[in-house]
Amino acid sequence: MPMIEKNGQKVWQVRNRNAQLLRWAGWFVGVIAFLWAWRFISDGTEWYYVWTAPEAAHDILTRAVPPKWSYINKLWGAIWDTVNIATLGTLFALIMAGPIAFLAARNTTPSKWVIRPIALLIIVASRSVNSLIWALLLVSIVGPGVLAGVVAISIRSIGFCAKLLYEAIEEIDEVQVEAIKATGARPWQVMIYGIVPQIMPSFAGIAVFRWDINIRESTVLGLVGAGGIGLQLNASLNILSWSQVSLILLVILFAVVISEWVSAKVRGAII
Amino acid sequence: MSAELTSVVGQPWKKPNFIKNPLLRWGLLLLAVVYLYFAFVTIDVNWARIYRGLDRGWQFIVGFANPDFTSRWSDIYEGFMESVVMTIASTVAGIAISIPIALGAARNIAPLPIYMVCRFIVAISRALNEIIVAIILVKIFGFGPLAGFLTLSFATIGFLSKLLAEEIESMNMVAPEAIQSTGSSWLQWINYGVQPQVMARLIGLSMYRLDINFRESAVLGLVGAGGIGATLNTAFDRYEFDSVAAILMIIILTVMTLEYISGMIRERIQ
Repeated sequence: MPMIEKNGQKVWQVRNRNAQLLRWAGWFVGVIAFLWAWRFISDGTEWYYVWTAPEAAHDILTRAVPPKWSYINKLWGAIWDTVNIATLGTLFALIMAGPIAFLAARNTTPSKWVIRPIALLIIVASRSVNSLIWALLLVSIVGPGVLAGVVAISIRSIGFCAKLLYEAIEEIDEVQVEAIKATGARPWQVMIYGIVPQIMPSFAGIAVFRWDINIRESTVLGLVGAGGIGLQLNASLNILSWSQVSLILLVILFAVVISEWVSAKVRGAII
Repeated sequence: MSAELTSVVGQPWKKPNFIKNPLLRWGLLLLAVVYLYFAFVTIDVNWARIYRGLDRGWQFIVGFANPDFTSRWSDIYEGFMESVVMTIASTVAGIAISIPIALGAARNIAPLPIYMVCRFIVAISRALNEIIVAIILVKIFGFGPLAGFLTLSFATIGFLSKLLAEEIESMNMVAPEAIQSTGSSWLQWINYGVQPQVMARLIGLSMYRLDINFRESAVLGLVGAGGIGATLNTAFDRYEFDSVAAILMIIILTVMTLEYISGMIRERIQ
């Protein structure tokens, strides 16, 4: 621990002078970066709207409360579609993520230099693009509707599921695999009896975890026309019917809470 | 296997099932089949429309083979800079707000009333989707990057406070107690007793969140909250798939770079 002399007294400090200076320099750069970013944002903002924001917020709030409860009867179909988009999307994603995970895991991949990088590229590409962007693309290809939502959600989820799954495969106990191999099992038997039982709990956990995330994401896919409750949200926003918007937001909040509860219960039961 | 052999060696071995209770297993399977049937029935697939759209899908793939960076370059550059700026500003602001809330949301250092309030803030921020928050904020604050900045800061709070609070709750309480016994003030207690234990985790989480904020900033433009999403949306509306491919490639490349850097930093500090 560094000490410095101050008026003839020894004073304890956490860091010595150079470390301290380096820290201050780091803070300086950080503050400059933030201020630069802030100036940019401030330039791009119409400040007149910001000053009237409290009135705008108050106006929206008075029109949004109370929610128009009777509108719920028109929402049941949309809720059903939303749940379907999330569930079917997760299902297709899992079906495709399984093989990709096996190709990407270091200990099961058939070729380290050709197939593994391709599998990793698929995972990264699918993960870095948001499901709304996938939905935008698919709406222009397959047309608006639930199908575009299902495919968008599944493309987005492949990367997520495959990444977690191949990490689980890389962490398996190799002893069991060797034991199965020693019985003279064929490669696919090694996979089914040696590897799959070991990753089954994490597979189920990943499935439920991703389903929970997908419920949240599928609620907004309708904004770009990909089906679900987002369609109603978009329509209500366009006609500025805030009492319908507030009801839809309540429904979405309710769905998110329920899906989180379900996924927590299932994961608790597995682990 | 022949019958005599079975009588000699007994029943052949079978793999134990993942779900042990047979009633639950078959019940879940039946439920899944019934659900899938009804789910598939309600999806209406317009094959003619898909057939017409295949051409566009092919154009998109061709667009990826030769992306067009040049013809919309000024729009792309502007949108990209806006995304970067929103990411930096909102991550900094989000972290600054998250730290006090995380301290309040940790049960071992905060009194119960403060704990309840902070947990409530975290729950609200986590439950609301970024896009929905952005829509509302755009209506209130007008179009532009300010709404995106506020949205991302708000979303950062839920993520960072929750994980940081969990880290604080699981830390070693001996060091803070030792600091407290020297007669330290509350700030000194946090600064010397708590902060050193959670700093590595805080930096790791911040880097991770920077990465997420960039990804999210790419879609906020769809609802008018600034960033590269607006450029992307325009390109989609004009069916300029080569520009779309260029923008998507920029996003993917940036995310990969950020992920790589944040992975390196996290590895170094842990």
